[in-house]
Amino acid sequence: MGEKMLMKGNEAIGEAAIKAGCRFFFGYPITPQNELPEYMSRRLPEVGGVFLQAESEVAAINMVYGASCAGGRVMTSSSSPGISLKQEGISYLAGSELPAVIVNIVRGGPGLGGIQPAQSDYFQATRGGGHGDYRTLVYAPSTIQEMVDLVMMAFDKADAYRNPVLVLGDGILGQMMEPVEFPDEPPPEPLAKPWATTGAEGRPPNIISSIILDPELLDKHNWHLMEKYEQIRKKETRWEIYDPYEAEIFLVAYGTMARVARAAIEAAHSRGIDCGLVRPITLWPFPERAFDELADRARAYLSVEMSTGQMVDDVKIAAAGRAPVYFYGRAGGVVPSPAEIVKKIELIFEEIKGGSKRA
Amino acid sequence: MTYQVIMAGFGGQGVMLMGTLLAYAGMLEGKFVSWIPSYGPEMRGGTANCMVVVSDVEVASPVVTEPNCVIVMNRPSLDKFERVLLPDGLLIINSSLISKEAERSDIRVLRVPCNDEAMAVGSAKVANMVALGAYLAATGAVSFESVEKSLKKALPERRHDLIPMNMEALRRGASYVNR
Repeated sequence: MGEKMLMKGNEAIGEAAIKAGCRFFFGYPITPQNELPEYMSRRLPEVGGVFLQAESEVAAINMVYGASCAGGRVMTSSSSPGISLKQEGISYLAGSELPAVIVNIVRGGPGLGGIQPAQSDYFQATRGGGHGDYRTLVYAPSTIQEMVDLVMMAFDKADAYRNPVLVLGDGILGQMMEPVEFPDEPPPEPLAKPWATTGAEGRPPNIISSIILDPELLDKHNWHLMEKYEQIRKKETRWEIYDPYEAEIFLVAYGTMARVARAAIEAAHSRGIDCGLVRPITLWPFPERAFDELADRARAYLSVEMSTGQMVDDVKIAAAGRAPVYFYGRAGGVVPSPAEIVKKIELIFEEIKGGSKRA
Repeated sequence: MTYQVIMAGFGGQGVMLMGTLLAYAGMLEGKFVSWIPSYGPEMRGGTANCMVVVSDVEVASPVVTEPNCVIVMNRPSLDKFERVLLPDGLLIINSSLISKEAERSDIRVLRVPCNDEAMAVGSAKVANMVALGAYLAATGAVSFESVEKSLKKALPERRHDLIPMNMEALRRGASYVNR
């Protein structure tokens, strides 16, 4: 690994993308992710890449489509309202089986909303987002270093599965500085892309399209996609269980919220209540297996979110009635404080009394 | 030990840089650090703040809701952040610009005339470094040497001639501790 650097999340994403071989970036400005395109506009020309500020988010995502068709490693980024505008293009990428990395530095919605950090795009990110029967692999880093590692991995997974991959951050992760290290070695050669439209010299032309008018064929295409998503589900699901106190109450949180949750776990511990944390690293596929692992022990789950309650639905599915699922959240750019979370933990503890409060 | 500090002032007082230098110095000492700026539809002359954590252990939450130190460079920042300081926490007040006294009696207060000291060493721009010097002398969060190394990284080479003035500002700030 190289020298430790203190870097803003947005800039670290940019450097990670370049280290991963990304040479094309198309975007349109929006707070709180502007440092990322700014960084790319400076760095990409230095490595022979292309940075282009499009006239709109819709144009940008279709430029991503074009560059991906031609076999390029390509990225775009935006924040919530801009990501909504890109959804048509993301659906087309999924339908055409094209790799791309899309970064969403989430801010409070709905509508124009605000510019402060939020996690209210969970539904959009994990349920496809655009029209049609598709999924995108969704990474949710919780530190700047993890953001670097996952962005680099996102390009490989996008190529491997020929599918768009989403990296979901929030305003804090985008604006925050933490020490990061980048690997010294050059990235491995990207996968060959025999399907790309690269000029058809000495081979029959490749055609990339998402239009399939014959219902039988479109049905077949959808099931083919579903098979691919099943592979992703099997091989790419990631999570972390933080359980220093062998707890019976587990918080569930991702991204920035997982950091705050850990502070809350320490605060609750000092008040005699032991909790653990399930931290999904992939939001889709959701780490249901983590909940199977904890099934014998967990007596309650508490989903903590910077939203009015979105991931909590997946937690309920994963808990499958084996333990009650509670929720605590703040929306619109307010970050729940450790003290607020501890209060909720104490209420839950009362409800499931007979738990493990230490003397 | 975990140092959690909020630094606040109006735009242009260098509160972001003050926080960056602290985080950078912490990183150079092998500590875990994080830095978050306030960001928003701010205007010139509006308030700006950053939250810095320097710790021997992994930073759990980078969002500082219960700081053990608050540094306020202007009056609106005092009004906003005095109340979030933990009991026994340290409040550093830039007394050059803030005549109001702290309201709480369960905290430690250090009044430092940051702008006056900065002017005395040559530039009002290093008022932030005077405040940082007081903070470091009072807490020992990082060493002056690490801040000097950080300045070398943070400033472009053609500005390295300003480092001695910045270091002098740090020392002036430090002289207000335990006097």
